[in-house]
Amino acid sequence: MNTETHVASGSNLEKVLRSGQFAFTGELGPPRGTNADEVREKAKFLKGNVDAVNITDNQTAVVRMSSWAASLIAIQEGLEPNYQMVCRDRNRLAMQSDILGGYALGIRNMLCLSGDHQQFGDHPDAMGVFDIDSIQLIAMVRQMRDEGLFLSGTEIHQPPKMFIGAASNPFADPFEWRVHRLAKKIEAGANFIQTQCIYNMEKFRKFIHLANEEGLTEKVFILAGVTPMKSVGMARYMKSKVPGMDVPDEIIDRLKGVEKEKVAQEGINIACEQIEEFKEMKGVHGVHLMAIEWEHMVPQIAEQAKVLPRPVFS
Amino acid sequence: MIVAQRKPFAEIKDMLQGYNKVLNVGCGTCVSVCLAGGEKEVAVLNTELEMARRLADDPIDIQGHTIERQCDREYLAELDSIIEEGGFDALLSMACGVGIQFLAERYPHIPTFPAVDTSGLAVNQAVGWYEERCRSCSQCVLGSTGGICPITMCAKGLLNGPCGGTNKGSCEISSDQPCAWFRIYERLSGQDRLDAIKKINTARGWKNQTPRNLIQPGYMKPEKMAK
Repeated sequence: MNTETHVASGSNLEKVLRSGQFAFTGELGPPRGTNADEVREKAKFLKGNVDAVNITDNQTAVVRMSSWAASLIAIQEGLEPNYQMVCRDRNRLAMQSDILGGYALGIRNMLCLSGDHQQFGDHPDAMGVFDIDSIQLIAMVRQMRDEGLFLSGTEIHQPPKMFIGAASNPFADPFEWRVHRLAKKIEAGANFIQTQCIYNMEKFRKFIHLANEEGLTEKVFILAGVTPMKSVGMARYMKSKVPGMDVPDEIIDRLKGVEKEKVAQEGINIACEQIEEFKEMKGVHGVHLMAIEWEHMVPQIAEQAKVLPRPVFS
Repeated sequence: MIVAQRKPFAEIKDMLQGYNKVLNVGCGTCVSVCLAGGEKEVAVLNTELEMARRLADDPIDIQGHTIERQCDREYLAELDSIIEEGGFDALLSMACGVGIQFLAERYPHIPTFPAVDTSGLAVNQAVGWYEERCRSCSQCVLGSTGGICPITMCAKGLLNGPCGGTNKGSCEISSDQPCAWFRIYERLSGQDRLDAIKKINTARGWKNQTPRNLIQPGYMKPEKMAK
C-alpha cells in the first residue's frame, strides 16, 4: 500500500491502515430521539474494540439524531467516529458547512454515500435532494482538503482534512461494472472503502481478484463488510428484501442446521470464519463490522475474531 | 409530449364551488393526445359537473371550447369573443401547466382553475400508458449515457451510477422500475462504448433553478415586451 501519500488527517483509522495493520471498524446507529445516553450506551461496547465507528446518517431514510451530533457524543466517549453523509438530505451548501463544523469539532473520517431512497423510510414523500451524487461528494471533500477550495472554487480558511471513505457493493448488478465504479471512487479521492455486507464469499473473492488485477487495492484501503446473522429470519429477510444483498442458501441452511438457541452463535461463527479469511486475503486491509442493533455483542465478536487488542498510537 | 392526468373529480368540483357560469377550455395538442384534456375530455367533464351540481341543487352553466394550443397566443385569440360575450365567472383549463398560465394571463380578471395535473415529458408506451423520459434540465447528457436519461429515469438522478441499490436490473424503489444505470451500462456495453461512463461526471451547475427564458439564435424579444 502506498504510504507516501500522507493525508495527515489525524485520523486513528488512517494511522492503523497506513501502518499496515488490519483495521477493524464498527457501526453505531443514532437514536430516534434526543437521549444522548443511548449513544453513550452503545459506544461503551465499541470503545477499545474498534479503530473507528461509523455513525449512520438517517439510515434507511428514517429520521434519527444527526450523524454529526452523534459523532460528537462518540468523541466525548473516547471513540473515533466515521461520520457518514448521504446525498439524499442536503445540498452542496449544507454538506460543506456540516463538513466544516464536524471537522472543527474533531471529526476526522467521513464516509460518502448516495443514501437509500427516501421512499424506504418514514417520510416517503420527502423531496430527495441528490444535488450531487456520492462520487461527486468524494471529489468535493477531496477538493476541500487537498486544494483548500469549496466546490465553487473559493478559498477555505483552514480547510478540513478528512480521511475520505466510500462504499462499494460488490454484489449489485452489473457485476462487471463494480470494479469500474470502485475505480471511479478512487479517482474521485476515496482513501478507504467499506463494502456492503458480504455473505457470498465466492463472488467477493472474484471481485477482489479483479480489483487486485486492476491495481486498485494498491491505491485504496479496502475494509470488508461483515454483519453476523442473528436468526434464520434475518438471513431470509436480507436475502429477499434488501436490495443489492446476496445471501447464498448455504448460509441459511447452516443457520437452520443448529438448535434454535445456538443460531446467533452460529451467525457469529460464520462472521469470524469470514474475518479469518479476510485477514489473509490479498487486497483486503480490514473489516467493517456492522452489528446492527447488536452493539453489545461487539466485544465478544472482536474477541472471537482475534482482532484484539486494537493498535494504540501516542 | 407533455402529459397530464385529470384531477380527481371532487377536487375540480370543490374548486368550482360558488361559480355558476364557467367555460371549460380544452387543448388540442399534447393533453389531447394523452387523453387528458382534449375535446372529448372537456365534454365528459362538463357532463359530470352538470350532473353533480344538479344533484346538489346548485346548477352550473358550463360550456366547453377546445382550441388547438393554449400555449400559443395565435390560438388563444379565438377565445376573446367567446369570453367577452359569455359573461363567465370562472374559467377551467384542461391544458397542461403551461397552457393554463397563458390562458389565465390573457384573461386576468377571471379566476382560472386547473382541471388536470401535469406530470411531465413522456413517451407513448401504449394507448393510455405514458412514461416520463425527460426533466428538461437544460443540459442533456444522453450522448454519454446511451440515450437513457439518468436525471429522469434514475430515482436519485445520479450522474455516476448505478448505486449499490440496483437490484437484478431494477431500481431499489421497486422491482417494476428498471434501474436506469443498469440499462445505460447494458446499452453502452452493447455499443462497446463503456469508456463514456468510466470518466467521472463532475457536479453540475443546475440550470433549472430559476425560470428559464429561451430565445433562439437570430431572434430577440419583441421590443414592446422587453422590459
